[in-house]
Amino acid sequence: MTSTPSTPGTTTTGGTATTTPLVELDDVSKYYGNIRALEGVSLEVHAGEITCVLGDNGAGKSTLIKIIAGLHQHDAGEFLIDGKRTTLGSPREALDLGIATVYQDLAVVPLMPVWRNFFLGSEPTKGKGPFKRLDVEQMRRTTREELLRMGIDLRDVDQPIGTLSGGERQCVAIARAVHFGAKVLVLDEPTAALGVKQSGVVLKYVAAARDAGLGVVLITHNPHHAYLVGNRFVLLKRGVMAGSHTKESITLDELTRQMAGGSELEELSHELAKAPAPAHLGGRPVDGGGHPVDGEGNGTPPGGSAKP
Amino acid sequence: MTTTAPPVKDRPGDGDGAGGGPAKDERLLGNPALRKLLGRPELGAVVGALAVFLFFSVVADSFLKTSSFGTVLYAASTIGIMAVPVALLMIGGEFDLSAGVLVTSSALISSMFSYQMTANIWVGVFVSLLVTLAIGVFNGFMLTRTKLPSFIITLGTFLMLTGLNLGLTKLISDTVSTKSVSDMQGFESARKLFASELTVGGVELKVTILWWAGLVALATWILLRTRFGNWIFAVGGNAEAARAVGVPVRLTKIGLYMGVGFCAWVSGQHLLFSFDVVQSGEGVGNELIYIIAAVIGGCLITGGYGSAIGSAVGAFIFGMTSKGIVYAEWNPDWFKFFLGAMLLLATLLNAWVRKRAEATR
Repeated sequence: MTSTPSTPGTTTTGGTATTTPLVELDDVSKYYGNIRALEGVSLEVHAGEITCVLGDNGAGKSTLIKIIAGLHQHDAGEFLIDGKRTTLGSPREALDLGIATVYQDLAVVPLMPVWRNFFLGSEPTKGKGPFKRLDVEQMRRTTREELLRMGIDLRDVDQPIGTLSGGERQCVAIARAVHFGAKVLVLDEPTAALGVKQSGVVLKYVAAARDAGLGVVLITHNPHHAYLVGNRFVLLKRGVMAGSHTKESITLDELTRQMAGGSELEELSHELAKAPAPAHLGGRPVDGGGHPVDGEGNGTPPGGSAKP
Repeated sequence: MTTTAPPVKDRPGDGDGAGGGPAKDERLLGNPALRKLLGRPELGAVVGALAVFLFFSVVADSFLKTSSFGTVLYAASTIGIMAVPVALLMIGGEFDLSAGVLVTSSALISSMFSYQMTANIWVGVFVSLLVTLAIGVFNGFMLTRTKLPSFIITLGTFLMLTGLNLGLTKLISDTVSTKSVSDMQGFESARKLFASELTVGGVELKVTILWWAGLVALATWILLRTRFGNWIFAVGGNAEAARAVGVPVRLTKIGLYMGVGFCAWVSGQHLLFSFDVVQSGEGVGNELIYIIAAVIGGCLITGGYGSAIGSAVGAFIFGMTSKGIVYAEWNPDWFKFFLGAMLLLATLLNAWVRKRAEATR
């Protein structure tokens, strides 16, 4: 690692970064009792870049997020923010250092108006003493402007945020993080529950945040989405790092293959070919070895004849 | 409410053909004032209140007399004072089943403390305030610590307070009611604050009506114009999201329970200074009436939605119904039936209005 000070303007598209990463994990591990949640994971987040973390369910993505967000502390390895070794004690500490996390499902309060959601927890006030009150005008105006700037043109900032689409809601949550001065944005599966079009809206927005000079950590299990916007890719599998690539060093096909489990996928297609349908689903009864009792050879594979 | 947001000058959008900063978005059809009105949580209750008012105006001759107005308002205020914090609590996503007996506890404490200590009655009043606030803190602390439903926690407090009210009163006074404190020092001045009457334009009004109006105004201000109000909506609407953006969820809930404690204190002092003697078994069942007033007033029972003004309208419906039945010279046994029917109708109406309001957005 070089000692060049980080300047948010020097965007290094392609991962040949010479600047200090905004956030760097080096060989980080986390254990819950004797359960290995995460072991030996390294990643870098640079200003103006998107680092994608890919992995299946249970791969350790959420543990990784919680370490970066300050909800959990790592047990081994090094966690550097702006080149300085750090251990975050709370989400508040992470926020103060400019790391904002947008969670997939707990981003907003559905029944509250958009502008109240936007400023929730950091409401601006005016007046003194007992007359200290919310600066409603400013809150409404800022919400509208911030969303417009990112390309979301709301009909009415007074509408409950629950009436927005899932993608728009994610965007409001991201816009909020950007407005409150985040330098690093951690996004937990922002496109997981969205349709194709909505995902596009969110990805465009993520790219807008990147172009604004933020470092982005994008957690996802969709390699197509990741490859569209990402600069670096970290693959997690069962708590360990299964690969770390820059965009130049890997193709979408290879990323997809690795993400889908590569060799495991081949194994699965083997198993699918061999396994007969269970009796209660209309298949024929099988003996202890998995062969149909009537001795007709292989059972019919449920998904057609998948050859390895 | 303030006016709509000022126009945004630098609109990057092209397709909307509204250069020069339109005051409102052209996609918003219809009258914005009407739309805003339809979106208010208390609209259903106001419609219901008008219906009840018209109904009793027709069936009860003396209902429209000015003197009846004072009586109805008084009945509404005794419920309304408690319906305000209960509504706030419900918006914050919680219940308080101990609110009814807490009122009685508050009256018992001031009376018995002053009597036993032969102190100025104001000492008892002050001690009572401390104790009711402490009970509020206890409820809130237990709730946020144990994460049990507030229904269970406050049901426990409700039963314990019911027992304590009776048990301690019998232990100290040997009867189920307190001794008279009307000859004690400070009684008259305290009575002025909590149980006096004033005549406005020929109508005799109890001071509780002022307390009620003041509390509704204060609660509305808190809800709509302070950070704490924003947090109340947030912890009721989605506590996890609120926590994630830095809202002190536990403190907000404890604060709401302290609000219930404070209003129970006001209500209890009124009880003491208007009747002088307090029956220790009173108050059981009132907690449900407070909740009914809040729900009729448009509070969502699951939290995150509602208003203090709505709770006032709910309490007013309660006052009109309870007194209207008397003026119509019907058997008061029918009151509960009316209240139940009103609750169902108002809730259905609220749900319908809310659906319409959200569909128009």
